Amino acid sequence: MNLTAYLVVAALLFALGLGIALTRRNAILVLIGIELMLNAANLNLIAFWRYGAHPEPMTGMLFALFSIAVAAAEASVGLGLVIAWFRHARTSDLDAMTRMKG
Amino acid sequence: MIDTLVFLIFAGLTLAGAVAAALLRNLVHCALSLTVTFAGLALLYLSLGAQFVGFTQVLVYIGAVAILVVFAILLTRGSGALPGNLVTTSAWRIGWVAAVAVGFVLVAALQHAPFAQSAAAAPAVSVQQIGQALMGPFVLPLEIVGVLLTVALIGAVIVAMPERQGEDQ
Repeated sequence: MNLTAYLVVAALLFALGLGIALTRRNAILVLIGIELMLNAANLNLIAFWRYGAHPEPMTGMLFALFSIAVAAAEASVGLGLVIAWFRHARTSDLDAMTRMKG
Repeated sequence: MIDTLVFLIFAGLTLAGAVAAALLRNLVHCALSLTVTFAGLALLYLSLGAQFVGFTQVLVYIGAVAILVVFAILLTRGSGALPGNLVTTSAWRIGWVAAVAVGFVLVAALQHAPFAQSAAAAPAVSVQQIGQALMGPFVLPLEIVGVLLTVALIGAVIVAMPERQGEDQ
């Protein structure tokens, strides 16, 4: 397989994640869409690590590892926020979150 | 030939999980199809020769993030089907038009992008080398990620902690 095939899969996964984040009304599913977009970026990093011309064989892989760690932190804080909001409003529907407007 | 077949199976698994997460009504089913997508991505990493990242993906995403998502769904009592019809709202249509446009532009750009590819085998990276790189040139990012994870842990606990009644006012 070549580089472009992996990049096309990553692009489609990014578009699907964007669609989920834009269209689903549940806050948890919006977070799921953001996770999918981050995963698509990680797939790009690993594909370039494998197929690119690299003088330094470590950098691409460690970028992906750090990105996974940051995404895990983002997921935990985001889901904590959803649970805190649910405790106030008894819903996780984004359309009902109009009180969060500035 | 067999490489192409394996790649198509893995890519199809990944994208099918994402499509199911986009379309299913039951939130628990969405979380399970998300797990399928994460597993497909781990298989793609393994097929690219990045064993350590593949197993990290299994540990972090399937082991931790998917469980966290399921817990959040059950804690917010969202396991039932969503009310109303998802398909007919105008926001749904506009959102998917935007997403499809972004995907189309990305794929069209990739078809004409002249990337310099090396046909060499995957760079052999052992776990020992990863450990030495993390303790050597990458020690500062490692420390920052450690601080970030600690802050996120404490912050998530404090944000989700129940407020005591009448204390803040």
